[in-house]
Parts: sequence; structure tokens; C-alpha cells
Amino acid sequence: MNMRMADMTLDGNAIGGLLREIFTMEVTNAEATCAGCGAVNAVGRVEVYVHAPGTVVRCPACQQVLMRIVRGEGRYWLDLTGTRTLELVET
Amino acid sequence: MGFISRGFRGKRRDTADSGRLPPGQYLVNDYPVLSAGPTPRPNLDTWTFSIEGEIDTPKKWTWQEFLALPAETVTKDIHCVTKWSKFDTTWKGVSFDTLFEGVETAAEYTTQFSDGDYTTNLPLEDLVDGKAWIVYEYNGEPLHPEHGGPARMLVPHLYFWKSAKWIRGVRLDKEQQPGFWETNGYNNYGDPWREQRYWGD
Repeated sequence: MNMRMADMTLDGNAIGGLLREIFTMEVTNAEATCAGCGAVNAVGRVEVYVHAPGTVVRCPACQQVLMRIVRGEGRYWLDLTGTRTLELVET
Repeated sequence: MGFISRGFRGKRRDTADSGRLPPGQYLVNDYPVLSAGPTPRPNLDTWTFSIEGEIDTPKKWTWQEFLALPAETVTKDIHCVTKWSKFDTTWKGVSFDTLFEGVETAAEYTTQFSDGDYTTNLPLEDLVDGKAWIVYEYNGEPLHPEHGGPARMLVPHLYFWKSAKWIRGVRLDKEQQPGFWETNGYNNYGDPWREQRYWGD
């Protein structure tokens, strides 16, 4: 996991555990297509902000929000509006 | 012995303050930085603060005009939904009562919008009567970008995600429009004394 000094940004591997709580398939090696700019990045390589009320995942090309994940009181909320497509690979 | 007693009484005083700590919160002395995206660094020569939406003549101030508005210094406790609270934070800025002077609107709700595309929603009545400010100084210093500078909201009676950093304006809405966190699990109102953290709280 890499910590980019500016803005406390982590890469997508930082939320591998959180994503495994939600999905049965491995998501960090899935390819996410940004609904804003169309850039395709492995989820493990996107920008992640965890020092916030939830987890915010942003496109490394245009910084648009790809996912917002909130966990609280036994519930999860997952907003994928900014991810046009998520390509998951069977292992 | 005297020294130890004094320290002990000091701690007791903190405990006595627990009536100031909303349920589920713990007290911090530092000031944690929370951020959902890159820190914007707007050019103050082109920065503006706007009131728009359900208003006949939208209002807009430049940075210099904003600094020239009557300012207040207030000391408030703040409560973050991630469960930290900080007592006696001191801010300087302009109250919404000043900003809304002469504004007539049919709106009952507002959306705060910021650099970095953050938004949060508040009932209009929670911005007026000395409950909300746009602040640009913290502890006598210009507000640091990581804490929301050049200017942020201060709405201390609600969880602090309602106090948008890097504020650029307020839109007056007839209907409630859930914001960045409110559309994905967080409470539309966010009263820390009623622990309104999530949907349905």
C-alpha cells in the first residue's frame, strides 16, 4: 500500500479488506471504467481517501468519484454512480 | 502532593464537562484532518461566495468584499460523525444572518457547494439566528487549506460534515436535495445530540 504524501491519498489495495466484506469476488484486480472520463484502471491502482466519514474512491486520471462506501451500524452503503463498468475476473 | 491534587482536580473538571459531549463521542485535543478528495487551492483573485437558487437577485461577494463584511469571533464545540469532538474552537467569520440580510425566499432548504464538488444539505432555519457562519480564521490565523481554507462553513450544532470545507456558495432549495454523504447513507439532518449519523437514525 502506498501513501501519497499530498492529500493523504492511498491506493485501492487499502480497501481490499473492505471490498472483501461486500463482494464474494476479488475486486482489487477488477478493472473499473470511470463514468466521467472513461479511463480504465485496476481498482488496486485508483485513489482512495479513508480519512473521511466514508471511503471515497477517485479516478487517478480525472479525480472524479468512482465509488463511495459507507459502513455503519451493521449496514453498508455503496454508490457506484461514477463507475460505468466493473470488470471482475473469475479466479 | 499539591501538584498531584491539582492534576486530579483538572481531570475531574474534564469529567464534569461530559454534559458537553454528545452520546457516542470522545474528546480530542488535536484537530484531525478529514478529506474526501484532493485539497483545493483556489485563487483568491477569482474566488467568490454566492447565494443562488430560490432568490430573485442572486448575491455574490469577491474575497475582498467578503473580508469587508461585518465579522464575528465565536468559540464553539465541534462534533465529527467519526466520533471525535473538540471543545472551545475559536473562529472568525461572517454569520449567515449578515449574508442573508435583505434576502427573501420561498426556500426551506439549502445546499452548500464547495470547491472539489462537495455538497451538503441543511434546512434554511439551521443557518439563521446565530447558528451558522462562513469562517476564514481559526485560532487567530488564516484557515489552513487542509481545514477548509480559504473559507468554510461552521454549523456547530450539527455533525461537522455539514460544515463544508472550501465553501463557494449556498443554493436555496424548495425541496431537500441530499448532498455528497447524505445520498449514500448519512443522515439528512445530523443532530449529534440525537446521534443522527445514518439513514433512519
